[in-house]
Amino acid sequence: MSLITPEVEALLYLFAAVAFILALKGLSSPKSARRGNVIGAVGAIVGVVTVFLAEELKNIGWILIVIGIGTIISIPASRMVKMTQMPQLVALFNGVGGGAAGIVALLELFAADSFGFLLAVAFTVFVGSVSFSGSVVTFLKLQEVMTTRPVLFKGQQYVMVILTIAALAGAVIVILDQNFVVASLLMAVGLVMGVLVVLPVGGADVPIVISLLNALTGLAVAASGLVLDNTLLLVAGTLVGASGTILTRAMASAMGRSVTNTIFGAFKGGSTAGSAEVSDRPVKSGSAEDVAILLGYAQRVIVVPGYGLAVAQAQHTMYELAKALEEKGIEVVFGIHPVAGRMPGHMNVLLAEANVPYEVLQEMDEVNPQFKTADVCLVVGANDVVNPAAKTSPGSPIFGMPILNAGEAQQVVFLKRSMRPGFAGIENELLYEPNTTLLFGDAKDSLGKVLSAVKAL
Amino acid sequence: MEEIKILTYFVLAVFVGFEVVSKVSSTLHTPLMSGANAIHGIILVGSIIVAGHADTAWMLALALLAVLMATVNLVGGFVVTDRMLEMFSGKKKAQEGQAR
Repeated sequence: MSLITPEVEALLYLFAAVAFILALKGLSSPKSARRGNVIGAVGAIVGVVTVFLAEELKNIGWILIVIGIGTIISIPASRMVKMTQMPQLVALFNGVGGGAAGIVALLELFAADSFGFLLAVAFTVFVGSVSFSGSVVTFLKLQEVMTTRPVLFKGQQYVMVILTIAALAGAVIVILDQNFVVASLLMAVGLVMGVLVVLPVGGADVPIVISLLNALTGLAVAASGLVLDNTLLLVAGTLVGASGTILTRAMASAMGRSVTNTIFGAFKGGSTAGSAEVSDRPVKSGSAEDVAILLGYAQRVIVVPGYGLAVAQAQHTMYELAKALEEKGIEVVFGIHPVAGRMPGHMNVLLAEANVPYEVLQEMDEVNPQFKTADVCLVVGANDVVNPAAKTSPGSPIFGMPILNAGEAQQVVFLKRSMRPGFAGIENELLYEPNTTLLFGDAKDSLGKVLSAVKAL
Repeated sequence: MEEIKILTYFVLAVFVGFEVVSKVSSTLHTPLMSGANAIHGIILVGSIIVAGHADTAWMLALALLAVLMATVNLVGGFVVTDRMLEMFSGKKKAQEGQAR
């Protein structure tokens, strides 16, 4: 028996749906973001409690145990993950959500009784599994368990065409026949297609793909709401699907890429197929003392932080160095590329963690005109975001991506681990310029040495 | 009639979804994506319904797998978003500290 009337159930679901809208609204502005997230969490709790009150459920013991296990797994995982590894965690969470939606729809196959509902089942089973396996591949790429470069094999596009036809045929059979075996096969096709869609995507485009898969999971959840006749799932899933689509486009334009190119570009032979070869052309490398002298006698320094800085956990040392330079009367600003790190805005989160004050962080449009008047541009663990190939060579995979004009500064200093190309896997011409100095080594070590050398000046 | 009602909800939610995130700075893209990611963890509600109606052992097992996955999505999603945003508010505190 249900403990609450359908009217109360509907009102509670409405409350949860409004909470989700307010959560998204809140997350769009820095001031209200944290509160927005809490409102969303409250909405989720209300939604979950409501389902226990409203539905006649068996197996409640089992369900509660499994929810407990899931909570015990996920809270420490999210609390303890390093901020640098957060993008892959988000990808993983997205994947399991999509997988859950797929399973829910598969199990509801026999309960569906109309054309519309069966269509929704087929859609959710397929899209949910694409999202699951696609997210897993994204996770593996970000974790660098597998190569970050595009993976293509001969005839990949034909395989995709065949699988698409198979998926469509499977969907038709599911709708006409309510056949469970075919629905399971549809799920399998979805899993394979998810892998094949993400494999050819190059490292630099991975954030866009995460966002796209996020929107897809939203749509799968919305369709599962249709299957279960549950308005909360329908509305929440649609909200995520719609806002995720907008967000994907915003991210893509911040990176100067189109969403279709990101997904299909590699099939056409363009996109982010870079080379991983390390060239042996001469570069000018210097010692920490050389770099300290360059910095110590400058008037204006622009720091361009990248993922390498974050991986080395060097944010704090970086900020120490900035403060030491400021004490000498040198002006220091940080130029933040919108996609510095692994996701848009990721670098802001990482620097905020190191308490770098907000005013010295400047966005790309703000900082770009200042490079001409800067004496030194210090590039720490960044590569692709200052690569002039994005402007000069139309054949380059990153062509069209807005970059920070580091090359316009009087002197450019790169702190790099090695000559290995960046995440996008392409060579950076800036490294070979005569006014470029390279300091090899772990970013934290290098910065520490430069810091003590600056203090000794 | 039922289908029309569902379509109405769907279309309205699409517009709301477009509208709420239309003007967001790239600084907040990551937390926003992560927050939206947490919200679709509400598929937990669907997983609970399916698990609660499961008649056979294997259906229950599959449904409980969905419950587990959805819980991880929902709980983990909100916690990790909060952690990201904590960094931003920590920054504000540091700023206030400097102003003083």
